[in-house]
Amino acid sequence: MVIKVLGSGCMNCQRLEAAAREAAARLGIDAQVEKVTDFADIMAYGVMTTPALVVDEQVKLAGRVPSVDDLVKILAAAQS
Amino acid sequence: MDVFAPLQWLADWITFDLLGLAKDSRLGSALSFFLFDVPKILILLSVIVFVVAIIRSFFPPEKTRKYLSHSREYVGNVLAALLGVVTPFCSCSAVPLFIGFVESGVPLGVTFSFLIASPMVNEVALILLFGMFGWKIAALYLASGLSVAIVGGIVMGRLGLEDEIEEYVRQIRMGEAEVPTMTWAERIAYARGYVGDIVKKVWPYIVVGIAIGGFMHGYIPADALAHIAGPSNPFAVPVAVAMGIPLYSNAAGVIPLVSVLTEKGVAMGTVLAFMMAVTALSLPEFIILRKVMKPKLIAIYAAVGFVTITATGYLFNWAIPAFGR
Repeated sequence: MVIKVLGSGCMNCQRLEAAAREAAARLGIDAQVEKVTDFADIMAYGVMTTPALVVDEQVKLAGRVPSVDDLVKILAAAQS
Repeated sequence: MDVFAPLQWLADWITFDLLGLAKDSRLGSALSFFLFDVPKILILLSVIVFVVAIIRSFFPPEKTRKYLSHSREYVGNVLAALLGVVTPFCSCSAVPLFIGFVESGVPLGVTFSFLIASPMVNEVALILLFGMFGWKIAALYLASGLSVAIVGGIVMGRLGLEDEIEEYVRQIRMGEAEVPTMTWAERIAYARGYVGDIVKKVWPYIVVGIAIGGFMHGYIPADALAHIAGPSNPFAVPVAVAMGIPLYSNAAGVIPLVSVLTEKGVAMGTVLAFMMAVTALSLPEFIILRKVMKPKLIAIYAAVGFVTITATGYLFNWAIPAFGR
């Protein structure tokens, strides 16, 4: 699974990245977490608010940092 | 605000009974002010920010962009200013928002109305004004913030500054991906998280602001500042606005001072113009926007902001005695 965190690197983006790693670890998923910081690349996903979460090229959320529990649900749903 | 009567009782009890300070003493009056205002403001803030966040969860910017993409001058500016108030975004999203708007064909002036309204009509500021001064002042703040955003956007649009956007912005093509809508559980979690973020961020400003306010309340004589910054000094407003630009702080720290400053003779419009400058004309935001705008555009943006906020300050100073507080 490829998890991408879209964002310019502000505090919320870092929080989302950490939370996504933790959620993946909790599920025992072999996930590759990448950061996307270039605006052209971020916008190519159709989002305007950061941080945004992309799982296997699908936008899952934008503009907020959910709890690790919620991320676990999102990742589990994406996996099946 | 009768719901807060128990807090007033508690503050008075601690100050006058427990600590035994005299009711008319300076320290007693300063301390009871502080002990009443801090919990009151924090409670008010938590409750209303929660409600605001729920409302906001229905207005993702990706949707806003669609509403505005075919908009025209005037109607578009008004709509953009209103959406700017309810659309959530943190300052690091200013650049992608700007690109997204330009890319989908939102006129530049309309984009600016949105960009100005969002920090200008700050929900924390609105709540604090409502809690401390009632709905009239809060409504006037909202109305004038919207006016600044609408007029500012129209002016920016008329100036024909399309060439002052960095070249690469127009080459970016936005994807079509839909951001999934939130469930109610997610909205509530989002709102709860948002309250936590805001309270964590602003509580030190509030405590310091109220502490300074309490001190001034108890120790500085009434009308002490009337000569420097009262309604009779025509330069007070532009000076206050200029002072607000480098002071990137939080409206939350300024507002607890508003009541005290006005009590000591500063004109209300002057204080509010200062607060608007602190939130809407911030140096860090200009630096972020440099990524998408050429310096000339930023300078014009700042100048338009300065003029419109100053005008609003004068308007307040004129209108508030007319309204009667």
